[in-house]
Amino acid sequence: MTDDPARRAWQALEEVHDPEIPHVSIVDLGIVRGVTAAADGSRVEAALSPTYSGCPAVSVIELDAETALRAAGFAEVVIRRQMAPAWTTDWITERGRERLKAAGIAPPDAAGAGKAALLGRPAQVACPQCGSPHTEQLSEFGSTACKALWRCRDCLEPFDYFKCI
Amino acid sequence: MTTVSNDDLFAYALRLGDDSLILGQRLGEWCAKSPEMELDIALMNTALDVLGRARGFLTYAGQVEGNGRDEDALAFLRDVEAFGNVLLVEQPNGNFADTIARQFLFDAFDLPFMEALAASADETLSAIAAKAVKETAYHLRFSREWTIRLGDGTEESHARMQAAVNEMWPYVHELFEMDAVEERLCAAGVAVDRAALRDRFERTVADTLAEATLTRPETSWRPVGGRHGRHTEQFGHLLAEMQWMQRAYPGCTW
Repeated sequence: MTDDPARRAWQALEEVHDPEIPHVSIVDLGIVRGVTAAADGSRVEAALSPTYSGCPAVSVIELDAETALRAAGFAEVVIRRQMAPAWTTDWITERGRERLKAAGIAPPDAAGAGKAALLGRPAQVACPQCGSPHTEQLSEFGSTACKALWRCRDCLEPFDYFKCI
Repeated sequence: MTTVSNDDLFAYALRLGDDSLILGQRLGEWCAKSPEMELDIALMNTALDVLGRARGFLTYAGQVEGNGRDEDALAFLRDVEAFGNVLLVEQPNGNFADTIARQFLFDAFDLPFMEALAASADETLSAIAAKAVKETAYHLRFSREWTIRLGDGTEESHARMQAAVNEMWPYVHELFEMDAVEERLCAAGVAVDRAALRDRFERTVADTLAEATLTRPETSWRPVGGRHGRHTEQFGHLLAEMQWMQRAYPGCTW
């Protein structure tokens, strides 16, 4: 079977996680914007986009991605920070959204509803614990730059909501 | 399109970086001291966002300058007169209303500014701004809501919010000042035409102050000078706190 270096690189990046959202790979978060691998598998270049301008996890993610690619057999690894186009929560994959929910983090509004969220109040957010639509925002800003703090009015549990940007 | 000089581009990226850096430093002073934990988190999130863009602008300024200065050298090893931030962002935190007034007035300017900068002919500035637009929309929503909540709150909170707006208001005019550097960059499609943002700023302010039952201050005092290194007296103290470690232990790293 022939080796596909690009596929190998993507698989390696599937194992890299944002330390602040450990349940979802950076591929599912939509942070990995592109992978270019040399045909002979000697070199790989990966473009990563930061979620927020000041996200403290960016350096760790870049380091972890480089380590994972080296472990996957690439001798030369280049990690490029790609600012444009700006990362958006619309790039989180369906699997990423499911995993966020499973980890107790309400995923961001789907595309479309998100535009409204930027301008006014976010649409109704379902509780990731019990699924109830009766929830309320406690704080616009949460444990990390990408999250807001919400509470379920039925099961009374507080939960993180992944802000829509 | 006219050619852009490196000196102009360096000066522009540097002052945009300084605006963000100094505002972030002021917000950071609230860490663990805010009125409520949620507000602490909100102010620190905002601080991180602006610090993030400061890093982008300052790194770019260092690259354009080409003298080997990185973001850290520019942030920690310049003295008062080399900083080009506007006076508004260096104003002391005061009470919570003062901080909210400073933030609201800055955000009301910053959102249209970043939207316009996102269309800059300079790819790096445009990318940093495009990222900042979404974050700034959140900042403005937060600072606007608190302006309204305090203004239209109790007698005490109303009085303090009005006093805070009065205190910060004279410094907004500098946000719209253009100098020769920016005029040249603007002609080249790189810099934002600040004067063109004034109408939208005034509308945001008018709407918000009306909802907050506050009055728009009328003063003729328009302090300027930040762009050219002439800062208010508190600025040296801010730098002393921000820079002491690099000054005491040059080149130290974590």
